[in-house]
Amino acid sequence: MAALAAVTLLSLAACATDEPGASPSGSATAAGSGTGEQSKFFVQADYDAELALLTAAPTGPADKPWEQVLNPTMVDTAKFKKSGPHKICFSNAALNNPWRQVGFKTMQAEVEAQKSRIKEFVHVDAEGKDQKQIADINDLLGKGCDALIVSPNTTATLTPAVEAACQAGLPVVVFDRGVNTKCPVTFINPIGGYGFGHVGAEFVSQKMKPGGKVLALRILPGVDVLETRWSAAKVAFDKAKVDVVGVEFTDGDPAKTKKIVDDYIQRYGTIDGVWMDAGAVAVAAVEAFQDAGKPVPPMNGEDQLDFLKIWKDKKLTAIAPTYPTYQWRTPIIAALRILDGQQVSSPWKLPQPTVTQDNLDQYLDAGMPPLHYAMCGCTDLPGYPQRWK
Amino acid sequence: MQTVQRRTLPLRLPRVRPGGVLPILAILAVLVVLVGIRQPDFLAPPSLMSFLGRSAPIILLAAGQYFVIVSGEFDLSVGSLVTAQVVVAARLIDGDPTRTWPVVLLLLAFGALVGLVNGLITTRLRVPSFITTLGMFLILVGAVYLWSDGAPKGGLSEEFRRFGRRAFEDVPVLGRVPYALLVLVVLAVAAVLLMRSDFGRTLVAVGDNPRTAELSGVRVWRTRTFAFILSGLAAAVAAILLGGYSGVSFQAGAGLEFGAITAVVLGGVALGGGRGAVVGAMLGALTLELLFALMNFYGVSGALRSTVQGAIILLAVAVSASRSSSR
Repeated sequence: MAALAAVTLLSLAACATDEPGASPSGSATAAGSGTGEQSKFFVQADYDAELALLTAAPTGPADKPWEQVLNPTMVDTAKFKKSGPHKICFSNAALNNPWRQVGFKTMQAEVEAQKSRIKEFVHVDAEGKDQKQIADINDLLGKGCDALIVSPNTTATLTPAVEAACQAGLPVVVFDRGVNTKCPVTFINPIGGYGFGHVGAEFVSQKMKPGGKVLALRILPGVDVLETRWSAAKVAFDKAKVDVVGVEFTDGDPAKTKKIVDDYIQRYGTIDGVWMDAGAVAVAAVEAFQDAGKPVPPMNGEDQLDFLKIWKDKKLTAIAPTYPTYQWRTPIIAALRILDGQQVSSPWKLPQPTVTQDNLDQYLDAGMPPLHYAMCGCTDLPGYPQRWK
Repeated sequence: MQTVQRRTLPLRLPRVRPGGVLPILAILAVLVVLVGIRQPDFLAPPSLMSFLGRSAPIILLAAGQYFVIVSGEFDLSVGSLVTAQVVVAARLIDGDPTRTWPVVLLLLAFGALVGLVNGLITTRLRVPSFITTLGMFLILVGAVYLWSDGAPKGGLSEEFRRFGRRAFEDVPVLGRVPYALLVLVVLAVAAVLLMRSDFGRTLVAVGDNPRTAELSGVRVWRTRTFAFILSGLAAAVAAILLGGYSGVSFQAGAGLEFGAITAVVLGGVALGGGRGAVVGAMLGALTLELLFALMNFYGVSGALRSTVQGAIILLAVAVSASRSSSR
């Protein structure tokens, strides 16, 4: 009985502790420079292109970044021209984190703002499962949609489903994560992970004391949008010859993050810079320093309001690169333009603003909930602010 | 029943015997020495106090798990119960300090209710506790996911968080004493007193031999159900402390049931029930946390923690099995 119990417990623990990313951290910390091997997702040409985009001037209305395009290449859409009002369908990868929640609310508000032109908006949530999303897309093809928007759960697995949708003849718009096919009319996303990772890492290495110790916090390995963030940060840290004492995976969990940061403070006495690939755990990292009675070192977060608030209240040395949630407005705008037969840019690269000390006040809205994303571009949309609370 | 009679003579000199606390004390002492060699600062009052405060939730969960295990059952639902409690608390409090105390009471009631349900299903419907609490684990995980759409909402008030995060500052000698540590001390004393009461003796007797206990007039189902309720209450207190320590998290309780069971086994408590002391279980949890701290100081990857836990559970069960066969 006892032996059976132990075996069952072991197998239960394997699924309960859920540490997919934890294993590679040992090898990452063991390597000489501290940053380890470069990610196999790293593509030098893409990296160079994204860093160039960071300084590129966008075209489009300055007060509506969700309509702006960086380096546009317009494509013809006349063959999709159709008289409205339209039925727009959306296959969504998931709603399982605050970023997607804020983004989806923004998209719904955009639909409401355009209600004279949209007769029906169909949303299907794949709950983070590839198989469900493949089935969802297939189902939507039989529902008489005038345009299909897809936010793919994973790149490779969803590619055939998106190709099938293209072949069905309706205009397809992909955003956020990409697919390995050029068949959609356009692919919308901000500059991307290299830009995000680079901005944070460059700031931290410039602001921290020379020769100091940096702790890098990553959510999990193997996801392209996150791998690119880390690989750009690695390049920046290697160039600045910064001592990266640890690269740890947090699963995006504040409890785990606080423990990891606390462990590093105990082990090294102090940490002089913190970089992270996503801002969800930024406040937990700050709290770990506060509770240990140590000054909070230069760090980056993201545009979540809890971080912006603690940044201002505690006068942190911080920066917040963003992966703006306003990109959820753009697919609706793009779909309507395509159905009008207007030209759209493909790819549609959106600007990716950074929150800095200088513009912090502009983004910090004390009335919004802590997990709201400041870069939602939603203040002019119907239902603001109540819809996002 | 032998063990029970020994328990009535607590003042006798301790000697190495199955279920005693001496082995775990020895392991703990060795670890303290090793930590002292590697990182002497760690044993200075301020960092030691904060370590004890941080370890309070898992020590309480180990005590809760002890009640269930010593009575011959298991509770695998505590980890997901902690997660559920933290998520529920955040959503109900939603940053409003006036809701702190009502929500604390609600969490305790919720913990007790989950324990009651676990206990009744196990004892009255005769579902093995493994299955009962595994089912409860899955139900809670699913319910929390459904209720929150997969992302936590709301926020905990500072008033709620202080239990797990704040401390009495400027205490002579000790520096700062975390509230969590005080909660732990009070509840640990209560647990020891409970185990020395009639209820405690009955609980061990039930785990040792439910048939004999039944024949001597004990209502086994009621005793075991009460053990599950205690485990649920311990999970509620742990959730309050953990939520305070780190804020809302979807994984606040992930893997805690396993940590608690490892700690209980490490503390010399026999799986299957009937042997072991609650102090041993709590020392087991402390030892486990200290071992993890030591691993951290030596730069061992955090990923190895589950491996170490697994090895400990197998080793401890093997040792205890070989002992009981020679009893």
